[in-house]
Amino acid sequence: MGLGDDALVLAQRLGEWITRAPQIEEDIALGNIALDLLGQARTLLTYAGDVEGRGRDEDALTYLRDEREFRNVTLVEVPNGDFAVTMARQLVFSAYQCELYAALVASADPTLAALAGKAVKEVRYHRDHATQWVLRLGDGTPEAHVRMQAGLERVWPYVDELFATDLAVEALPDVAVDPASLRPAWTAYVEGVLADATLDVPAPTWHARGGRAGLHSEHLGHLLPEMQHLHRAHPGATW
Amino acid sequence: MTAQPGPATAAEREPGLEDELLARFDAMVADEQRVEPRDWMPEGYRKTLVRQIAQHAHSEIIGMQPEGNWITRAPSLRRKAILLAKVQDEAGHGLYLYAAAETLGVDREDLLDLLHTGRQKYSSIFNYPTLTWADMGAIGWLVDGAAITNQVPLCRCSYGPYGRAMVRICKEESFHQRQGFEILHTLAHGTPAQKAMAQDAVDRFWWPSLMMFGPPDADSPHSAQSMAWGIKRFSNDDLRQRFVDMIVPQAQVLGLTLPDPDLRWDEASGHWRFGAIDWSELDRVIRGDGPCNAQRMERRRTAHEEGAWVRESAMAYAAKHAHDAVRSPAGAEGAAA
Repeated sequence: MGLGDDALVLAQRLGEWITRAPQIEEDIALGNIALDLLGQARTLLTYAGDVEGRGRDEDALTYLRDEREFRNVTLVEVPNGDFAVTMARQLVFSAYQCELYAALVASADPTLAALAGKAVKEVRYHRDHATQWVLRLGDGTPEAHVRMQAGLERVWPYVDELFATDLAVEALPDVAVDPASLRPAWTAYVEGVLADATLDVPAPTWHARGGRAGLHSEHLGHLLPEMQHLHRAHPGATW
Repeated sequence: MTAQPGPATAAEREPGLEDELLARFDAMVADEQRVEPRDWMPEGYRKTLVRQIAQHAHSEIIGMQPEGNWITRAPSLRRKAILLAKVQDEAGHGLYLYAAAETLGVDREDLLDLLHTGRQKYSSIFNYPTLTWADMGAIGWLVDGAAITNQVPLCRCSYGPYGRAMVRICKEESFHQRQGFEILHTLAHGTPAQKAMAQDAVDRFWWPSLMMFGPPDADSPHSAQSMAWGIKRFSNDDLRQRFVDMIVPQAQVLGLTLPDPDLRWDEASGHWRFGAIDWSELDRVIRGDGPCNAQRMERRRTAHEEGAWVRESAMAYAAKHAHDAVRSPAGAEGAAA
């Protein structure tokens, strides 16, 4: 459910960009990435609902849970900020998803393995898109360099949480992937991009934690009501 | 037809040449042949097409806003995914159309500038707000329905690049129209509150949709020329009638009414007759005094201005790397000397 929530919340954030992007091609690219993530979220949440066995489908899980029940990492709820913050968040998260899905392809759970096999292609495209922009902003104009570095500083406090040991994972060692095991490959990729982009790896003094346990930042409590209000206003309706 | 010299120089060098070129152009259009970017064309034809294609492109781009307004609030994940894909399609249509306009010797950047400074228009329909989820259905069904009625004949437009862009666009638009119908159908067959929401949306979008076909034929001074040039195939009023004839039976299937007490079937003509359109409202919205004109323009300008540093950095990066690519294979010595 945590992975589904990650994709769902980030898709919601990217959806906020539509009609606000720096160029029309980016409206399309961000919409495309949001759509891929939404597709991943739908598969994962539907599956989570089946496994849970309480009759909750993707919409019940999306629209009828409160923030204390969401299991996403805090990174994905970070507000969009400027384009550099969004691209920093995309680089961090898509590089994480690339490693995660590549590892999940070998999961003992056939549904998760199949989802990962499909999604790994999507997230490679997402990672490439973010990489290209981090290079262009980091190694472009001086203003963009400053903004890109600031974007990295904004999102780096959320990095450690991605690799924190997840209790659900300890219970299902063959099915899930230990996030800590993904970190070396993630670090090699991301630090390589930052070096090419002439950017520094931030060293934050505080770190987010607790998203997987439903302990979020204050941002999620604003994102969910916007997403959920219409669905909640018409209980039981079909759309 | 082979490439022709530019019109100004050709006409200056050889008096009478322009008449000959014009005669050949007229014959070509009359013969339903496609005019291509390198063919000679009258300056008026070029200008009319640039204006029409650019305004069409602007409409796609501004038209992302009323629907983009509901992406974060769509009531199911399936609907959210469909809406995201639709708004992406609209951005894609804008890009095809700017590319088609560029074959006429203008720059997309300049056209966007004309939009941002209010010197070129976009469709007046996008100056109406999307107040409820049902507006996503009404826009798909009515607004996209009107757009298709207008645009299908443009697939045979005399200017090749525009006609080909329209073929691709119309395919996606008719898909969107069906999706809009399906949204309304679900609402109209849902709870009483959902049905009321659907009816309210149709009530608000019906008349503005009829206005999308432009002024009545008697007040449409450029139509005759556009028809002679093969840009336009049917008059505004003919297309409007075709749209009404298509929509009324669909409204009956939906179980929704259209807000026109004068709407009635006319056996003699085989058409649905409809009430008088309040053209003063269209005039007002076109002049900029519609509910969302200022908001739509501000969003577009803000996105463009706030994105300037991103575009500049991409250019700077490309310039740096073009330089590197030239230098590095040859070695640094060559470049230094």
